[in-house]
Amino acid sequence: MSDNILEVRHLSTKFFTRSGQINAADDVSFNIVRGSTLALVGESGSGKSVTSLSIMRLVSPPGRITAGEIVFDGTDLLKLSDEQMRRIRGRDVAMIFQDPMTSLNPVYTVGDQICEGIQLHERISRKQAWPRAIEMMTRVKIPDAAKRARDYPHQLSGGMRQRVMIAMALSCKPKLLIADEPTTALDVTIQAEILDLLRGLRVDFDLSMLLITHDLGVVAETADRVAVMYAGRIVEESPVREVFYSPKHPYTEGLLRSVPKLSEEGLKVRRLQTIEGTVPNLLHLPEGCTFASRCEYVIDECTIKPIPLLSVNEEHRARCIRFDEVGNEIAKTRVHKDVAHRV
Amino acid sequence: MANNGNLIEVRKLKKYFPAGAGLFGAGNAFVKAVDDVSFNIRGGETFGLVGESGCGKSTIGRCILRLIEPTSGKVSFLGQDLLSLSSDALRHLRRDMQIIFQDPYSSLNPRMTVGQIVGEPLVIHNGGDNRSGRRERVAELLKLVGLDPDHARRYPHEFSGGQRQRIGIARALALKPRFIVCDEPVSALDVSVQAQVVNLLQDLQEQLGLTYLFISHGLSVVQHISTRVGIMYLGKLVEIAPSDEIFHNPLHPYTKALLSAIPIPDPAHPRERVPLRGEIPTALDPPAGCNFRTRCPIAEPRCANESPELVEVAPDHFVSCMVVAPHPKK
Repeated sequence: MSDNILEVRHLSTKFFTRSGQINAADDVSFNIVRGSTLALVGESGSGKSVTSLSIMRLVSPPGRITAGEIVFDGTDLLKLSDEQMRRIRGRDVAMIFQDPMTSLNPVYTVGDQICEGIQLHERISRKQAWPRAIEMMTRVKIPDAAKRARDYPHQLSGGMRQRVMIAMALSCKPKLLIADEPTTALDVTIQAEILDLLRGLRVDFDLSMLLITHDLGVVAETADRVAVMYAGRIVEESPVREVFYSPKHPYTEGLLRSVPKLSEEGLKVRRLQTIEGTVPNLLHLPEGCTFASRCEYVIDECTIKPIPLLSVNEEHRARCIRFDEVGNEIAKTRVHKDVAHRV
Repeated sequence: MANNGNLIEVRKLKKYFPAGAGLFGAGNAFVKAVDDVSFNIRGGETFGLVGESGCGKSTIGRCILRLIEPTSGKVSFLGQDLLSLSSDALRHLRRDMQIIFQDPYSSLNPRMTVGQIVGEPLVIHNGGDNRSGRRERVAELLKLVGLDPDHARRYPHEFSGGQRQRIGIARALALKPRFIVCDEPVSALDVSVQAQVVNLLQDLQEQLGLTYLFISHGLSVVQHISTRVGIMYLGKLVEIAPSDEIFHNPLHPYTKALLSAIPIPDPAHPRERVPLRGEIPTALDPPAGCNFRTRCPIAEPRCANESPELVEVAPDHFVSCMVVAPHPKK
């Protein structure tokens, strides 16, 4: 058995629209080690959700997976029949979404909806499934689960609905959980509870997780590895600490700098650093590096041909030919902080 | 100034929305969206208003501008009572007070060009004449917010989220207001664009001497931009203090819990959460006494009997909690 629960290799997903072809995910490769969490980070339109939908084979026309391999637990999902894929979805790979209200059916009780998945995948009766549903709801810390199971989604708060979604996703004991912005729609105190819950469940269920988010704070708290996406491509991939302490792609560095920090006293800066300009139009991507037009490190060579992912070290890859010069300032302030903490 | 440098004074503001009104007239249930809130906004400062969804922060912003009518209370602008003004007098004063909305997609009319959108307040308040003067002013405003004056002929859908927010800001600035309510102005934007808009708002404040009420649930942005911050819970202000003070020395148990819940973008940052019990109670029937006591880690029996009031515990630092800020005997 390989150490990786999921290996995505050279995945390309294209959208064939009337105005042209969009490479929503372009040559995306990453692995998720069993029991670990990989965070896929990027801004809107960077291709992170398309990547997760591709893994589930849920991309709908005009979108299509055009190349690559998605090896889950030794099987290439792209080679499976629709029927075989359906059996994997929900049972082996489960997914939770940003907005629990729109992903739950308003006319069924939440208990029934959790039962549905269990019944379908394990071919048992509703009567047998019901106690399992309640057990799952208890495990995701829904108080008074037996009573809540008879509630309809609108009777629950946003945080409770997301717990129901998680209960549903974990009810068939999946090996991989894909969480697409699971806390974005939630208030910060509820978000904290859900993140704590997911962290706990990871251990209980021996779960591997692909976490999709735009929130670097959530990444820092939850992930083991990080892949940063920009305009359909992974621009940097590394262990979580390295991304925060020594980013090697100018985009990652810019993102980290532009987050307003809840800073220590005296360090408050008046102006935020920004990444100038905007994300390029995916219909007309530049020939070379897609970040070149916004990059402060740009040189002529960047705009000639596509930049490959280069190895910074064994664990760390970045799509930048000048990665040596990137992120050193952040690394330096980090050292200062370490010293300060020790004193 | 006659009013201690306060541009806006809010006193005992209440907004109750009728709820469960039947077909035959209103019932007597009310959602207490804003319940007895008092605070000041000083000229030239940014007052940050923070809280979770449903706490009433947007309702306060709208009550101040009288976009919705408060149930009771007093709002004054430079000493002038806004709630007693006639609609004519109010329209005149609205030049001084503008609002920027959260969603740059739904707050711009898709059928109007950017020039028309930004110029519309000028048409309304100065009459329809003098087209060339208006065009000049629109160009000037677009330049001010970092857009190309040529963009005036385009439509909103041609712009990105960040650019649209700039258009919304240009529209708010058209009448040279003194006070702007920023209602979650960057919450819908990506991080890198968010920083651009925050910087723009700060630059404009410096250049034009603006005063902001900055409403947001994003605590790190609020800390960055605000002079003073008010924390809201279930229709009430629970703590008001200068920005640095509130983030480094929070006193109210809810503020502490809220701050501890923010995910910090630093994997080595120690996580010490202050857990909250249960969920936010409904504003239809908030708990008697202190409305936070049902979730509060330090609640005492007396919290059920008396509603706490804001007490000044340090210069400029107000807390509404009977346990951490003992109330003076009446």
